[in-house]
Amino acid sequence: MHELAITQSVLEIALRHADGAGRITRLNLVVGDLSSVVDDSVSFYWDIVSQGTIAEGATLHFERIRTRFRCNECESDFEPDGRVFECPQCGGQSIQLVAGREFRLESIEVE
Amino acid sequence: MSRTVAVVERILSANDQMALENRSELDAAGVLAVNLMASPGAGKTSLIMATVEALRDEFRIAGVDGDLATSIDADRIAALGVPAVQINTGGACHLDAVMLRGALPQLPLAELDLLLVENVGNLICPSGFRLGVHRNVLVASVPEGDDKPYKYPGMYQGVDSMLLNKMDVLDAFDFDIDYFRRGVEILNPGLAFFPLSCKTGEGLEAWLSWLRDEASAFRAAGGAGYEIR
Repeated sequence: MHELAITQSVLEIALRHADGAGRITRLNLVVGDLSSVVDDSVSFYWDIVSQGTIAEGATLHFERIRTRFRCNECESDFEPDGRVFECPQCGGQSIQLVAGREFRLESIEVE
Repeated sequence: MSRTVAVVERILSANDQMALENRSELDAAGVLAVNLMASPGAGKTSLIMATVEALRDEFRIAGVDGDLATSIDADRIAALGVPAVQINTGGACHLDAVMLRGALPQLPLAELDLLLVENVGNLICPSGFRLGVHRNVLVASVPEGDDKPYKYPGMYQGVDSMLLNKMDVLDAFDFDIDYFRRGVEILNPGLAFFPLSCKTGEGLEAWLSWLRDEASAFRAAGGAGYEIR
């Protein structure tokens, strides 16, 4: 239940980068599965918070990033299956999180 | 004519900036701040109360309590005679740096050594919002089940120490400690782990000792030099 504040931050960042454009038509967001952000909720609030700004009516595009671990022993990447974390390639028990926490505005399209 | 403008900015950058300000203020006042995260009912408030009672002669302690509504938690802590501030998040599922920023002026920071921040009970959102504290601690508890590291890796990965509370009821639950610890160890190798019971006091000493060591290191480093992992 924190998407309203987050959506306002998205708007603020987009407006700051609008670079004198008349209108923002699209926002490209990158969202990791561990970032605790729900796309539909952001889209819902977007219509409300963007009203009356140059970003009103802009399309939100979400690129979802799946959680990905890297085995420190054999260096292969894998997605956790939710039950165990051991490396499926070599059984390694030393891993690092390499993707899944992303939450950023990658770019905007303006005209 | 449509064109693309590269942005590449973390959505939470404003929160991160505010967290840095919190950190500077706490450093300048010489207050070690610890963020306690857990699911609802894991025993965060009980842990704070037990910690206050055990360490109140060694450190000047205060509490900040985050909850959707009510001041039940802060009242419990204030009843021990230490400063306590309640933050009502009004429905938000986590504390963020702005909320903590609002609470700090309500505390006598110059007269404190240790600030225990109780986050909103939730294993998901609190891990995503930096507060500007020095240490993050997870309070797990036996009745939640042994699969939580596997379901909430984001939370288990981002903490500096972990407690497993309610060890006194271990026999009543099918809680496989080895399975639990294996998940934690893979996510967060070498993580300090304290099985304990706030109710009986068993195991509490190891947690208190960790906290004492952190407070000494913080003091020795003079606040700003204290390493954030």
